[in-house]
Amino acid sequence: MGGGRIATPPDSPATMMATAKKNPMKSPDGDAGPMQQVVIANRLTDGVVVFLGRDRQWVTYLKDCPPAETTEEAEALLAMGVEAENAQEIVGPDLIEVENDGGTLAPVKMREAMRARGPSIRTDLGKQAGN
Amino acid sequence: MYKYDEFDAEFVHQRALQFGRQVESRLSGKLSEDQFRPLRLMNGLYLQLHAYMLRINVPYGCLNSTQMRKLAHIARVYDKDYGHLTTRQNMQFNWIKLADMPEILLELASVEMHGIQSSGNCIRNITADEYAGVAADEIEDPRVYCELLRQWSSLHPEFSFLPRKFKIAVTGSEKDRAAVKAHDIGLRLYRNENGEEGFEVFVGGGLGRTPFIGKSIRAFLPTRHVLSYCEAILRVYNQLGRRDNKYKARIKILVHEMGAEAFTELVEKEWSQISAGALEVPEAELERVRAFFVPPAYEQLPEESPELEAQLGSDAAFATWARQQLAAHKQSGYAIVNISCSPVGKPPGDISSAQMDVVADLADTYNFGEMRVTHNQNLVFTDVRKSDLYALWQELVRIGLATSNHGLISDTICCPGLDYCALATARSIPVAEKLSQRFADQDKQKEIGEIYLNMSGCINACGHHHVGNIGIVGVDKKNSELYQLMLGGSAEEDASLGKILGPGFDEDGIVDAVENVIGTYLELRDESERFIDTYRRVGPDPFKERLYNAPA
Repeated sequence: MGGGRIATPPDSPATMMATAKKNPMKSPDGDAGPMQQVVIANRLTDGVVVFLGRDRQWVTYLKDCPPAETTEEAEALLAMGVEAENAQEIVGPDLIEVENDGGTLAPVKMREAMRARGPSIRTDLGKQAGN
Repeated sequence: MYKYDEFDAEFVHQRALQFGRQVESRLSGKLSEDQFRPLRLMNGLYLQLHAYMLRINVPYGCLNSTQMRKLAHIARVYDKDYGHLTTRQNMQFNWIKLADMPEILLELASVEMHGIQSSGNCIRNITADEYAGVAADEIEDPRVYCELLRQWSSLHPEFSFLPRKFKIAVTGSEKDRAAVKAHDIGLRLYRNENGEEGFEVFVGGGLGRTPFIGKSIRAFLPTRHVLSYCEAILRVYNQLGRRDNKYKARIKILVHEMGAEAFTELVEKEWSQISAGALEVPEAELERVRAFFVPPAYEQLPEESPELEAQLGSDAAFATWARQQLAAHKQSGYAIVNISCSPVGKPPGDISSAQMDVVADLADTYNFGEMRVTHNQNLVFTDVRKSDLYALWQELVRIGLATSNHGLISDTICCPGLDYCALATARSIPVAEKLSQRFADQDKQKEIGEIYLNMSGCINACGHHHVGNIGIVGVDKKNSELYQLMLGGSAEEDASLGKILGPGFDEDGIVDAVENVIGTYLELRDESERFIDTYRRVGPDPFKERLYNAPA
């Protein structure tokens, strides 16, 4: 049935790493400006979406998370994410692309943007509502 | 409804304790996510976009008021104050903390509930006609067989690691309200020309990325063989179903690839060896289970209620609701009440803890303390005295559950979509909300008449878009949401799969497109012809022509 050809699985960390290596400074979409990446995951205890800050602290808001701007930084971030997963702190670390959207950092992909904000149909819930 | 015996209660309690220990092992780092995932899925716990999601079984949609209050309590204490009714007649919570799970499962066990087999590659919650036991056109109450199947399939040692998930639905009426032909096994109870009761057995139906309508593989199965025949089907599937590719692992692919005839031969051969064995249901056992589903203590009432007639005459809003939401009851003086959980502009199937509590109270007052969850994500009170309808309606108005859209265009089936679901590729709820707003006018909806609009936020089709008269599926196209429109599906006894009409639309465009399609239907329909009948009569071309080739 129609639609099958469009579906793509979420990018795996390995794929993102490969992309980052091949194209260290440019967004894979070819947009101007360097590609910025952060590591996203779900916290083990409650599943809440968290981002990896540079001091290896998991933070709940993307705004508190300085993105990696080089391949090396991204690799280091993801390695820390995997380490944290192995230490059973978080689940599913993944490198995602972010961009500056009117002075605020936001994920490029819809799916990750949803995770960073909360459900679009319940703006009283999730990070967008501070709960 | 079914009441746990000591064995059931102990089993569910022990499972709650067991999963509690598994959660502790996970939290302390003894179990990795890879080790823990199959354990949590076996207990209905997913990890979604924002948090863990817990799916709680509501066996064949039957719920009592104590259970509903417990669900309200869980929503309030452990979640964000609301739950979501699902297309498997279950309830799920979107914001569960893993650390709370041991407590939550014990709370659920205390009211005979759990999440066992609400996920994973096993036999899922058996679903049934939401009017089971009270439908005017019913042959026999399908819940009796659902309960037998539930007991047989719970922790069935042979079928705990199937190639893929497995869904069974049962109907006991002419009118198929359980979508049996869209299931791995669909059972239609009927009486043959000799007056004997039995099932027509459908196999290999299903939606997802490769939809099929179930094939009838046995015209008549005496009811006492229901377990052995299902066992034979599952055995063939378990042995031959593909395990190399998740997307080809459902029984529908096996039936399709080997052909229904060859598949049936294998099932019949297997069945011939076990049909006279331990799984043949003795009449005494059938009677024991039937006893759980005896009708409540109805009063002897006249069919017509003068009180109701007067209220219908004096309150137009009540009359509008009653005309749309009530269905014929087999007991005179009683009515079946459909309670819409798809209010205009709200997520279909969401219900707040406050609403749950009031619904539980109303069930106690007006409906013998019970209620049903429907696969259309609504609730049903099955046994309301006609003279109580007005009072019930007033209470439903007060809590925002008195929308009059049963079977109308704004009563959509809609999956959680990208707002919640880790698999989704597009949002679905916002589109359902916009559609319900576009068609909010009661007269307009009524003029359009019976129609089923189903939508999903990805090709996995949890929103049953293939079997909606109008189906919408959202996909991701270059990081934008694109909505494809399909027409001609049906989940009922005349089941069919919808066909994509043409290129997709954006979020606003799809709402306009549906309105355009409805406009074509209203022009083309013969008097009182349903949407699906018009579509089948005229085909897709007139719809396509007007939607895509209209002058700008």
